[in-house]
Amino acid sequence: MAKITFDGIEVEVPDGTSILNAARKIGGSIVPPAMCYYTPLQGSGGKCRACLVRVAAGSAKDPRPMPKLVASCVTPVQDGMVVENTSSEQVLNVRKGIVEMLLINHPLDCPVCDQAGECDLQNFAFEHGVSTTRYQEERRTFEKIDIGPLIQLHMTRCILCYRCVYTANQITDNRVHGVLGRGDAAEIGTYIENVIDNDFSGNVIDVCPVGALTDKTFRFKQRVWFTKPVNAHRDCSHEKCPGRVVLWYKGKDVLRVTARKDQYGEVKEFICNECRFEKKETADWVIEGPAHIDRSSVISANHYELPVLNQQIIADLPESSVRDLEQNPPMKLGN
Amino acid sequence: MGRKLLTEHINVEGIDTFEVYRKHGGYRSVEKALKTMTPDEVVEEVKKSGLRGRGGAGFPTGMKWSFLAKPEGVPRYLVCNADESEPGTFKDRQLMSKLPHLLIEGMITSSYALGANTSYIYIRGELLYVLRILEKAIAEAYANGFLGKNILGSGYDLDLHVHPGGGAYICGEETALLESLEGKRGNPRNKPPFPAVQGLYARPTVVNNVESIAAIPVIVNMTGDEYAKIGVGRSTGTKLISACGHLNKPGIYEIELGLPVEEFIYSDEYCGGIWKGRELKAVVAGGSSVPILPKELILKTTAGENRLMTYESLSDGGFITGTMLGSGGFIAMDETTCIVRNTWNFSRFYHHESCGQCSPCREGTGWLEKVLHRLEYGHGHMEDIDLLVSVAKQIEGNTICPLGEAAAWPVAAAVRHFRDEFEWHVKHPQEATRTGAVYPGKAVLA
Repeated sequence: MAKITFDGIEVEVPDGTSILNAARKIGGSIVPPAMCYYTPLQGSGGKCRACLVRVAAGSAKDPRPMPKLVASCVTPVQDGMVVENTSSEQVLNVRKGIVEMLLINHPLDCPVCDQAGECDLQNFAFEHGVSTTRYQEERRTFEKIDIGPLIQLHMTRCILCYRCVYTANQITDNRVHGVLGRGDAAEIGTYIENVIDNDFSGNVIDVCPVGALTDKTFRFKQRVWFTKPVNAHRDCSHEKCPGRVVLWYKGKDVLRVTARKDQYGEVKEFICNECRFEKKETADWVIEGPAHIDRSSVISANHYELPVLNQQIIADLPESSVRDLEQNPPMKLGN
Repeated sequence: MGRKLLTEHINVEGIDTFEVYRKHGGYRSVEKALKTMTPDEVVEEVKKSGLRGRGGAGFPTGMKWSFLAKPEGVPRYLVCNADESEPGTFKDRQLMSKLPHLLIEGMITSSYALGANTSYIYIRGELLYVLRILEKAIAEAYANGFLGKNILGSGYDLDLHVHPGGGAYICGEETALLESLEGKRGNPRNKPPFPAVQGLYARPTVVNNVESIAAIPVIVNMTGDEYAKIGVGRSTGTKLISACGHLNKPGIYEIELGLPVEEFIYSDEYCGGIWKGRELKAVVAGGSSVPILPKELILKTTAGENRLMTYESLSDGGFITGTMLGSGGFIAMDETTCIVRNTWNFSRFYHHESCGQCSPCREGTGWLEKVLHRLEYGHGHMEDIDLLVSVAKQIEGNTICPLGEAAAWPVAAAVRHFRDEFEWHVKHPQEATRTGAVYPGKAVLA
């Protein structure tokens, strides 16, 4: 076990834990943002540099500060380490710089982007960035690439976090896409036009921190903050798929199905394409109750935390009383 | 005349063949090390010699070797970094093409010291003809019993392979090199773990520059203590300097560390002064990634002392008034050189060579290049000059590998020392963009 001090708070974690995960153990607003790190994916992290922190003391044995800021997602803790995140002016300034870098070639088309409202980059920029840019050159753009009937790849929005590449490597049994090119010409692609077709390929949509990979069956259907997330499960025939999902309702319609995510936006269990793309009827699912979304403030700002109603009751209610219930919830679950 | 330790026999006819090389004292260090020394004794000699890595960072080689993890029953690797691609640096190419056996001898002795039974030379893809020279030399070494099983009857086995890269600058970064050698995309790894613990194929690995490895036979032959007597202070031994730019005699020179910079530029023994009788304007002392210095600062430190060709003297004054010895790519520029154009040119290189893995470098190198392009072509504004410094600062220190710094330092240094020239480009765009335009200098403008 190693004891570290993170922003003045002491926490004890097993050896080999990353600084980021130690901070997540404390929780709250001191947790560094992460755009590329993804706990379930081996080898991810260290690329976006959003989670840079200052190590004021390396360890109890060697209390010298580390010369550069380190990526907290890939740097393991040492006993006696002292880490500064929000308490360091330098870290906050650097983070502003990272936001600026990530945004200079981002199209900022949030008003038409399906990811808006649950976008890591949007949250990150909103919390840490500045609202103007000093970049005046032409932005990098790409043609949309067709990778099959279910998933849309829009490279212009991509921040090259490599998550979808790791997902395809580790979750599916055949990766057909990867990173091509170098520097700011690097792009996600299949090189020779190819369809990403795999029972678990839909998970790349869930892991994408921005709107570069979106669900073609949900595109332009609805803004996410107008939909209501509901936990549900079904008996999936696919052996690797747990069948536990979140259904996103608009009225009585299931607009999309996603995997369940934790408060840091990380998928808990990867689901198969059948659950994601084909089961879009309430009757396909056993409803468990409203899903609580911790992190994406825009979704949480809406009062979807309605009482637990079983699916039969929802189905039988007239439209007007559903709206009534929304406006005057009889009790509030969660916080 | 300084002593030549590495390049003493470089011009001997047929030195690239085994027989001639052997006749001139080749492979003596292998015999000495394998027959009379333990691996630890070799490491000890290298430590005593004070040899510092010749690839750019200047980290003591002996120290690096002693960090190598040595778990039981796990293979270790030595990898020679021959991916020399820094603009201005071309010393390793010469060394390998003329003296292939010196590198192989160094590889055998070093591998023995580290306990590696398989070693690799990762060579830049463009140097295909050098790869052929090395392969021929390796075949000769195998045929003469210096490579393979039971070398010289000592019971020590070594296999040596040469592997060409695809010609990416980033693969000169040691972890990107290892990724590339493993057959993956050449992206630098996050550190820790360091290669000394988890390197090639997740095994303990040492990565050394060609010139560092070539110095090992010399050190073993003359002993570390003797080697340490050459040079000044912590900069010991000799160093190959590849001099280019506006010099009368550009080329590769082996110097004893401690040679005054002024002597190196102006003496007839070395570069022979600036061409066409012109004035020196600026020098990039260690390959394109180190900060550029104007004439006054490269010849004398701020304390008024002569600047010497040593790691310490060149970095005297930090980055405010100093630079780095780096990899020894010495670029001299005469008074007609446009610093803005030169900085843009360097920036263009780093923009092209960034691997695109981490965001500050991927986006920042392109941004720097575009702003510099704007300034050079007369579309710049005064704010752009501060923008350059600010963007460089946002990249520096926040990236996975040192390429970010390599891209940021030259830009920041150019603005630091030649700000008036950048301002002249903004104020007089028509004059500055005219073909053959020469910045008249602060004094003339005032």
